This record gives sequence, C-alpha cells and structure tokens, in this order.
Amino acid sequence: MEQAPPDPERLLQPAPLEPLGNPDAGLESVVVEEADRPRDEGSGDGTMTENNFWLKKIEISVSEAEKRTGRNAMNMQETYTAYLIETRSVEHTDGQSVLTDSLWRRYSEFELLRNYLLVCYPHIVVPPLPEKRAEFVWHKLSADNMDPDFVERRRIGLENFLLRVASHPILCRDKIFYLFLTQEGNWKETVNETGFQLKADSRLKALNATFRVKNPDKRFTELKHYGDELQSVISHLLRVRARVADRLYGVYKVHGNYGRVFSEWSAIEKEMGDGLQSAGHHMDVYASSIDDILEDEEHYADQLKEYLFYAEALRAVCRKHELMQYDLEMAAQDLASKKQQCEELATGTVRTFSLKGMTTKLFGQETPEQREARIKVLEDQISEGEQQLKSKNLEGREFVKNAWADIERFKEQKNRDLKEALISYAVMQISMCKKGIQVWTNAKECFSKM
Amino acid sequence: MSPRPALAPTVPRLRSGRGAGAGLAGEAQDAREPMGTLGEAGLAAAAGRARTLGMEGECPAPSARSSGLPAGGAGAESPGGDAPLPGSSGSSALLQAEVLDLDEDEDDLEVFSKDASLMDMNSFSPMMPTSPLSMINQVKFEDEPDVKDLFITVDEPESHVTTIETFVTYRIITKTSRGEFDSSEFEVRRRYQDFLWLKEKLEEAHPTLIIPPLPEKFIVKGMVERFNDDFIETRRKALHKFLNRIADHPTLTFNEDFKVFLTAQAWELSSHKKQGPGLLSRVGQTVRAVAFSMRGVKSRPEEFMEMNNFIELFSQKINLIDKISQRIYKEEREYFDEMKEYGPIHILWSASEEDLADTLKGVAGCIDRCCKATEKRMSGLSEALLPVVHEYVLYSEMLMGVMKRRDQIQAELDSKVEALTSKKADTDLLTEEIGKLEDKVECANNALKADWERWKQNMENDLKSAFTDMAEESIRYYEQCLATWESFLTSQTGHHLEEASEDQF
Repeated sequence: MEQAPPDPERLLQPAPLEPLGNPDAGLESVVVEEADRPRDEGSGDGTMTENNFWLKKIEISVSEAEKRTGRNAMNMQETYTAYLIETRSVEHTDGQSVLTDSLWRRYSEFELLRNYLLVCYPHIVVPPLPEKRAEFVWHKLSADNMDPDFVERRRIGLENFLLRVASHPILCRDKIFYLFLTQEGNWKETVNETGFQLKADSRLKALNATFRVKNPDKRFTELKHYGDELQSVISHLLRVRARVADRLYGVYKVHGNYGRVFSEWSAIEKEMGDGLQSAGHHMDVYASSIDDILEDEEHYADQLKEYLFYAEALRAVCRKHELMQYDLEMAAQDLASKKQQCEELATGTVRTFSLKGMTTKLFGQETPEQREARIKVLEDQISEGEQQLKSKNLEGREFVKNAWADIERFKEQKNRDLKEALISYAVMQISMCKKGIQVWTNAKECFSKM
Repeated sequence: MSPRPALAPTVPRLRSGRGAGAGLAGEAQDAREPMGTLGEAGLAAAAGRARTLGMEGECPAPSARSSGLPAGGAGAESPGGDAPLPGSSGSSALLQAEVLDLDEDEDDLEVFSKDASLMDMNSFSPMMPTSPLSMINQVKFEDEPDVKDLFITVDEPESHVTTIETFVTYRIITKTSRGEFDSSEFEVRRRYQDFLWLKEKLEEAHPTLIIPPLPEKFIVKGMVERFNDDFIETRRKALHKFLNRIADHPTLTFNEDFKVFLTAQAWELSSHKKQGPGLLSRVGQTVRAVAFSMRGVKSRPEEFMEMNNFIELFSQKINLIDKISQRIYKEEREYFDEMKEYGPIHILWSASEEDLADTLKGVAGCIDRCCKATEKRMSGLSEALLPVVHEYVLYSEMLMGVMKRRDQIQAELDSKVEALTSKKADTDLLTEEIGKLEDKVECANNALKADWERWKQNMENDLKSAFTDMAEESIRYYEQCLATWESFLTSQTGHHLEEASEDQF
C-alpha cells in the first residue's frame, strides 16, 4: 500500500557529529541549553547513547500487528493489538540490512513515549500519533477499532510516527526514544523514573484556562491562529470528503444492478442477448472498481489527518510559550512590587498596601531594628528574584529561538508533504478516470453490438 | 382575445396561470387561426367512426411484414366489438405507484422540485424540437421505407385557469404534404384529456395494434404537482413522442381520429368527440370483455403464448431497469450536491497558506470542473436514457392490454362456436356470426403479429441507442475529468521539478 511520506524505507541520517557526548555540533539551528536538559534519566551526561548507534543508517518499520489478550491495571481481561517494531542497521557500502532489534509495543506505550517527548521538548512540534479511534469515516467503512483495515492503517500510522521522530534532528537523539526501539522489558518503568510527569505543567492540561499575557509575542499569536485555521479547515475537508466518498460509492454500486438484470433479460432476447450479457459483465466490473479506488483515497485522508493532528502539536508549542511568558510576567511583576515595598520601607512612605503596613498603623509602629530586618529580607528576596527573572528571560529567549527554528523546519516539511499528498490525489483521480473510460468503452461496444 | 400568460417560445416552461386572474372559458384553446382553414369537408370526413383509409374490412396478407403494412382495423364494423381497456393510462398510473412503493427511498421527487439547477438543465436540452422541419434529423424510426410526409411538434405548454379547474394545454403544429389534409400546416392546442381521448379511440379502432403509450396522468408517489415545470416538460416530450410514433405507424397514421386531433379547432374537436358510442354501451362492452377474457387465455395459440411470456418477462426487466436508472440519477445528483461543497473548502484553505495556495487552488478548480461534468452526465441521462426506458415500461403495460384484447376477440369466437356445438340457438344465425368472428380473429391476430415484429425491432433499436448514449455520456464525463486532472498534474510537477532543483544543497 502506498505509504504517506516519509516512505517506509527511509534511511535515517543523523547530522554529521562527533561520536560521543557532543550532540550539538553541526546542527546550526539548535542551541542546546545547559540549564535545562531533561532528556535522560538525569545522569546529565547528555542524551547520546553509549554506542555509535546513530552513526549507522537505520531502518525502522512497524511490520506486524497482532491481537493479544492480557490483564489490565484493574486485573480485568482485555484485548488489545500489539505491533512489532523492527530496527535494522544498514551497512554503508553494500546496503545490506541487518536486523538489530525487534520488539512488540502496544498503542498505549506509543502514547507514553509521545507524552514524554511533549514534556521534555516543549519547543518542538512533536509528531502526532495516528488517531485512537476511527473518525471521518464514510459509512461503508468500519469505525471499529478491531477492524483489520483500521488496524492496518494504524500500523502504517505508527510506523510513520517513529520515522518522523527518527528523522527529527533533535528528537532522534533522545535516549528514551532509543530505548523504546531497543529495550522491550522495563521500558515503561524507565520512562516513569525520569520523573517527566512532575515536569509536566498541569496548567497545560487546563484547556479552558486563559492566561492574560500583557505582551504576547505576535509571531506566536499568529501561529496559534494558523494552527486553529488549519485544524478547522482540514477537519471540514475530511468530513466532506467522507460524504463525497459515500455518494460515489452509491453511484458505482447501483450500476452493479444492471449486470444482474441485463443477464436475466438476455435470456429472453435472441439478437440482443449476447450484447446484453457482456455489457452486464462490464457493469459489474464498474461497480466493483470503486472499492480499490476508495481504499486508495483513504490513505490520502490519512495523510491529511496527520496534519490535522500536527496542528494540535503546533498549538501546544504556542501554549507552552504563552505559559512561559505568563510566568515571566508574573515574576517581573512580583519583583517590581517587592522593590517598591522595600523602597517604601526605606523611605517611610507607604504607597502600596501591605498587611504589615496596616497592622503597623493599627497596632503601633515597629522598631527601627524590626524595619531593618524586614528590609534585609526583602533585599534578599529581590536579589533572588532578579536572578530568577534573568534566568527566566534567558530561558524564554532560548525557547523562542529554538521553537522558531523547529517551526520553520515544520513549515517546510508540511508544505512538501501536503503538496505531495495533493498531487497524489490528482494521480488517484486520473487513475479512476482511466478505469472509467476503459469500462464504459467496453460497455459501449457491447451495446452497439446488441 | 383576452390576454393570457405568454411564454418565450424557446423554453417551453410554464408560468403558472394560477392567481393570474384571467379566467378563460373552458375549451377556448386556440388564440390563433389554423394556417389553413379546415372547412366543413374536413369535419365531415372526421365525423363518424374511425375508418382506415380504403382498407375497411380488408385483411392484409399474413406474410406482409413491417414495411408499409396497412393493417385493417376491424373495429369499425362491429358495434358489439371489444371495448378499449377502460382508463388504461389510469391503470398504468396504478402500476407505477406499485413499482415506486417498493423503492425504499422516500424523497425521490422532492429532489426534483427543490433544486432550481435542475430547471437550468432543461433549457440546455437538445431534444427540444422547435419546428417540425428540425424533426427530420431527430426522427430515427427504423426501416420503414415511407418517405415521411407528416411532421408534428408539441411545444409551448400553457396553463389555463378557470373557475372549475386549472389545466395545461400544449401547442401542436402539424406540417404535411398529404392530399387528404386540407392544408399543409396546422396549429392547434390540446390538453391531456384530448390525448387520452385519441388513445382510446385508437385502441377502439385497432384493438390488437400496439398503440404508443401516453405519459402517466400524474405521479402518485411524492409531492409533484401537475404544474411543476419539470413534470410539464417531461410530459411534453412524451406527448411529442406519442404523436410521432402514431405518425410513423403504417396503419395508425391514417386513422381518422388522429387527423381530427391534429387539425380540428377546439369546438370542432368537442363536437367530434361527442359522436361515438355512448357511455352505456361502453359499459356493456366492458362487462362482456371481462367475462370473455379468461376464456381467451385458455385457447391462445402457441405463438401468442410465447409472445405473452416474452411480454411478462420483458415487463419485469424493463421495470427493474427503470428503477435502477432512476436510482442512478438520484445517486449522481447527491454526489453532485456533495461535490459542490468540496472544491470551495480548498479555496478556503488556500487563504491561510502561502506555498500551498496555488496547489490548493488548482485542486479546487479541478473539482469544480468535474462537478460541472457530473452535471452534464446527469442531464444526458435524463435526456437520453430515462425517458426511453420509461416509455418502454409503459409500452409493456400497453402490450399486456393488447394481449387481453386479442384474447377477448378470440373468446367471443369460442363462445359462439361452443354455442353452435351445443345447438342452443339458431344455427344459421350463429354460423353467420361465427364466420364474421373468424374473420375478425384472423385479422386481429395478423395485425398483432405484424405489429409485434415492428415493435420488437423498434424496441431493440431504441434501447440499444439509449444504452449506447448512456455509455457515451459516461465516456465523455471521464474524459473531461481526466483532461482536467492531467493538466493540473502537469502544471504541478513542472513546478515541482523546479523547486526540487532549487532545494538541492
């Protein structure tokens, strides 16, 4: 079956870099922050793995899907599908590939991997997973998760996901990702041990929470709007496409009835009999040709769906930025107010409201020693606050720079992929038209011989 | 003359006369003078029973085939003869209702009346004869060597409102070089009832000839009103076909009632109509016909048994094909409706994209063009295939009627023969009657046999044509779509190659 880009055999080529421990050489677009590198278990030695795994070209494929039964967290029996992930390393010279790793994973593990990546790489537009449940299906197609066609399409989608991660200049180096491909047992525990869930900002999950950002970054605002629009337009397109597919199915299939009736009718006709019979056969061919046509179109729909979900990833990056900005502004505000308090205490004027001030007024002045102590505390806090603000600012700037770099990368990828998808759609239409011409030309010949 | 809603001649569309206020007297249909004066001579000839030209009581040689066969209509002679099947078009409407009821779809016809774009399609219709002369190219009636000397068109439907009723009339223009016509051109207005009358008269006069079918009185299922434009247009075309089929029929074309129908003024027609068997005698005939019908079936000769079998099977199949074809039309329509929405979404998307905008607009353009091609395909279907198939559905009902009538004629003979053998009545009288009846049966059978061959030939040609046209429409449709997508692809891959070469580091 046709694979959405990237193609299944795509070889991973990491950027030319020094073998061990120096991940940032050669990748101009990324500046690795020293402060914040939560990519591994916290050992701090960088994300690169010990061996020269990434130097060789590798192929990743999700080659099989299998139904399994097991026990879930509540010790109830459940059925799920497991997917076989195979990794091959390709020898440079002769192109032969050797199977290096092979293990089974289920969808929930993919989800865990992705959540981990989302938290640890907030500035990256993380590739999306294929849909959990079948949506936008035209009604002849099954919406059942266990349906073999759905499972097959999901297998392809999962493979696509892994290839996307593997070909991302930053994500590909992540150790957890590497372990996902290579360490079957205990991988879940390893991920959880990184403590990434603690880092996850619960505020991000609060979808309704709005953050009043005083100085929003215009670019991110625009990006957010773009993400919204992309999501809205693609889902609209997918919905209408499904309806169009439905109708087209109807048109083709009804013609199949001609086949049967012509055949029956030919029995009573002497001269017309043969022509009718063979014309009927062509009507049957016509009617059944729609199945393949629509199956191909389903892959096109999957390509669009990927970008529908990518839009969500875009919005996630914007949201993280928003949060960062909000935190920054809050910190700045807090610092400013503390400074003012300090000043007031020093000069004796009270401009800002403070509880201490009030109680002082009510219950009497404080002693100069007390005041001095308070000023000292505030000064410490201010100095700390200034440090924090400085680092937050730096963090913010780094985030913006890195995020924007990835967004540019994403944009180019999106334009390439979608253009390719649209062109493949045209190719599909052309093929459908050619088939139609052939069938009807044959039918016409039969009719004219009647 | 009082003003009436006039219509543009090129588009036979109906402007409803309801509420127009101008009430018109019932039968005053003609605003215009006929091209030539009919005169009293013509009227006199039209009076009385239908007589086939110079062939009264004669039976043609049985071996005569389809070409130029003037079958003798024996109906003129026997007052106690067969009655035309009462309300045959009524029964056909009933059958139609049954067929449609089997269809699970509810809103077939709502689709027709709701959508304005369907009207637009009709104005593109090529099958819209504006003059009898243009008919020369359109008529493709088969192997008859006759040079066509009678050209008829049906157009300009107009609605008329009276205090009692509202009805539609159609303009009928006849051009002819025949001597028996007083003039070479006639223009009259007729309403559906008049067509019905004509059909009944023809059936009466030629009980075992295959009379062309009339379009149904009204469609039982659905909310289509009699004054819906599509309905009127479909009916107009069918009526046009009806008259032309009669004109092309070697015997029917010379029928006197037919001539009157084509040429008489409104008042002349009504007075002509009044001459004929009264209602009571017609009732009597009907009763006898029912009594005889069963008998006729039992003694049916072999060849007519075969014919009957064919008719039954054919009827089944053609009805199915009719249903299927209608369903295809409906599915295509729904496909078209969805497609209309599909293209614009791509345009909407292109608004938020830069690099992709061109490609998206290109796709939108292709989809829109394919949409138009679908519309054309649908219109082709409704022009070429649907009316023809439907006409043969009606024909198959007509044929069953013809078989019945033949059986009745035979049954009459058989009953007399039986009476003779049982010596129940006056032998001499019976023998004479039997002699006449035997002739009648032989004529009827021969007429039917000959007409049957002709009908079958027509049927094969018509259906073959219709299906071939359908295939052609489909080929054209796919060719158009192919061209549009291929040109899009060329434009894109051309750019694609350019971009690829730019992107190479």
